[in-house]
Amino acid sequence: MKKQLLTILMSVVPTVTLAAGGGVHLDDAPIDIADMESVKRGAKHFVDYCLSCHEASYMRYNRIAMDTGMSDGELRENLIFTTNEKGEPTKVGSLMKVAMTDEYAKKAFGTEVPDLTLSARARGADWLYTYLRTFYVDPDRPTGMNNLVFPDVSMPNVLGSLQGLQKAVYKTETRQGVEVETVDKLELAQPGTMTAEEFDAFVADLVNFMVYLGEPVQNERRSLGIKVLIFLVIFGVLAYLLKKEYWKDVH
Amino acid sequence: MSKVIGWIDDRFPLMKMWNEHLAEYYAPKNFNFWYFFGSLALLVLVIQIVSGIFLVMHYKPDAEMAFASVEYIMRDVPYGWLIRYMHSTGATAFFVVVYLHMLRALMYGSYKKPRELIWLFGMFIYLVLMAEAFMGYLLPWGQMSYWGAQVIISLFGAIPVIGDELTLWIRGDYVISDATLNRFFSLHVIALPLVLLFLVVAHILALHEVGSNNPDGVEIKKNKDENGIPLDGIPFHPYYTVKDIVGVVVFLFFFATVLFFFPDGGGYLLEHANFVASDPLKTPEHIAPVWYFTPFYAILRAVPDKLLGVGAMGAAIVLLFFMPWIDRCKVRSIRYRSNIYKINLAMFVVSFVVLGWLAMQHVTATITLLSQVFSLLYFAFFVVLFITSKNEKTKPVPDRVT
Repeated sequence: MKKQLLTILMSVVPTVTLAAGGGVHLDDAPIDIADMESVKRGAKHFVDYCLSCHEASYMRYNRIAMDTGMSDGELRENLIFTTNEKGEPTKVGSLMKVAMTDEYAKKAFGTEVPDLTLSARARGADWLYTYLRTFYVDPDRPTGMNNLVFPDVSMPNVLGSLQGLQKAVYKTETRQGVEVETVDKLELAQPGTMTAEEFDAFVADLVNFMVYLGEPVQNERRSLGIKVLIFLVIFGVLAYLLKKEYWKDVH
Repeated sequence: MSKVIGWIDDRFPLMKMWNEHLAEYYAPKNFNFWYFFGSLALLVLVIQIVSGIFLVMHYKPDAEMAFASVEYIMRDVPYGWLIRYMHSTGATAFFVVVYLHMLRALMYGSYKKPRELIWLFGMFIYLVLMAEAFMGYLLPWGQMSYWGAQVIISLFGAIPVIGDELTLWIRGDYVISDATLNRFFSLHVIALPLVLLFLVVAHILALHEVGSNNPDGVEIKKNKDENGIPLDGIPFHPYYTVKDIVGVVVFLFFFATVLFFFPDGGGYLLEHANFVASDPLKTPEHIAPVWYFTPFYAILRAVPDKLLGVGAMGAAIVLLFFMPWIDRCKVRSIRYRSNIYKINLAMFVVSFVVLGWLAMQHVTATITLLSQVFSLLYFAFFVVLFITSKNEKTKPVPDRVT
């Protein structure tokens, strides 16, 4: 009990750690959440490259169709490739789950695979955009790859065939009198099927979809908000005139 | 219509209550900007209760299902997102409004005789509100919900002898778990709102018994006309009802701006880590309470000893209860008080805000030192006030409101 309390106490006093995202420059994600065509492309990328391992278990397939203007037929054709326990095609109203269990994931990757429904809200778009583009070759890692914003990440470089392989260029820095090797920049060592620009656009679409996925209602939220504010301004003017009328006789 | 009212009046004091509290409740005519926040607090209370009722229809207080049920509300329940953001933005709005309401009382001496009980009821409302907010924050069952509760509950462990048993009793388990979630849910949706409503009624009844203070701090009941109506008073209804509607609209404009355009407030209202489901095995890097608790959290962190820290944090709140007796000056309003008081109160407000900011920063030697300095300034307010208020050099107070 004492020890447990100590652990908790230590957590009250946050220490400066070099964990994920600590100190690495994040690139601005060039995304536009109102661009539903980009979200649609991103959804396709997400299903193709992420949804085999990661779940988006709070999101339903047909919500994407509803928000991007797809029909159920298009949805089946483009985004649903799985079957349910009975072997029937996954229903359009199903949650975006995957069959992989946590036990299997622990064996395969050494850790559970995080759900991605809310990753854009937890990590931020810039983090995702930078993370997905900064894998580099590191023979010391089990997957042969490491990452700049998420050092020693367990996830393999899924987009490697598109981006190609990057290698790190190191520089020597002196930190508090100690010489340390740090990554200066990443260089393309072996090209992939896409050019750098194509790949950046690909990741931008994917991140745009993930931002949408974090809060599907956000476009509707903003447009309703504008109407509410306009109403309040009009109502406010009337309320003020009413107040003025009543208060005429107060001196 | 009048027949119906007559029928009711024979059986229930409907018009009597209407008149006592609205149509014939005479409020000073010189209320300024600061007097909007009482009625706004009532509005936010209603927003929270109504949105809360709808949330409970869809939320599942179960450690396995709680996090998912919140996302279900955000995605699958029609306008569930609106209800949820109303409630989460409402929590922040409640504290904004209550803090400004309390500052008003400090500025115009609204806690002084004969309004001590109004102040005490108000302080209890504030205390219950903090408990209500803390327990509500556990319910989304995200990482920050979980670890925030873990940290706060562990503070009770600092109490000698009974500490460990007490934390166990609060959690209902050795760690924060389903048992904790269920009891917090019960307290958040039933017990504390009931207490809150009772206290709000008591707060308003006490206010209407003695009458409202005003920016001049003069007693309007001293000057009455031949009918016994205060010369500087106007009926609350319709004058202040129509005025408060303007305040409500302005408030709602800000409220809607946050709700529709910045619902997570850049991570200060809905913290980023709370979009990750709670995990008892993974401690988030940086645990900070929501902004409205941060000034007290900074005082806690400023003290190196845990027990003393908890004591200092408690004292920071308890001292406020005693304001009517710490402040011994006969003059109520800041308008007619000494510069010492003005500077003292300004320093108090500054230290409160700065402490709030400090608690959100990573701990470094400088941050700790600053927290200690501003904690001392916070407490210095009460000490300086007690010493200087007895024989304070005040300006002459007018007979009537200005």
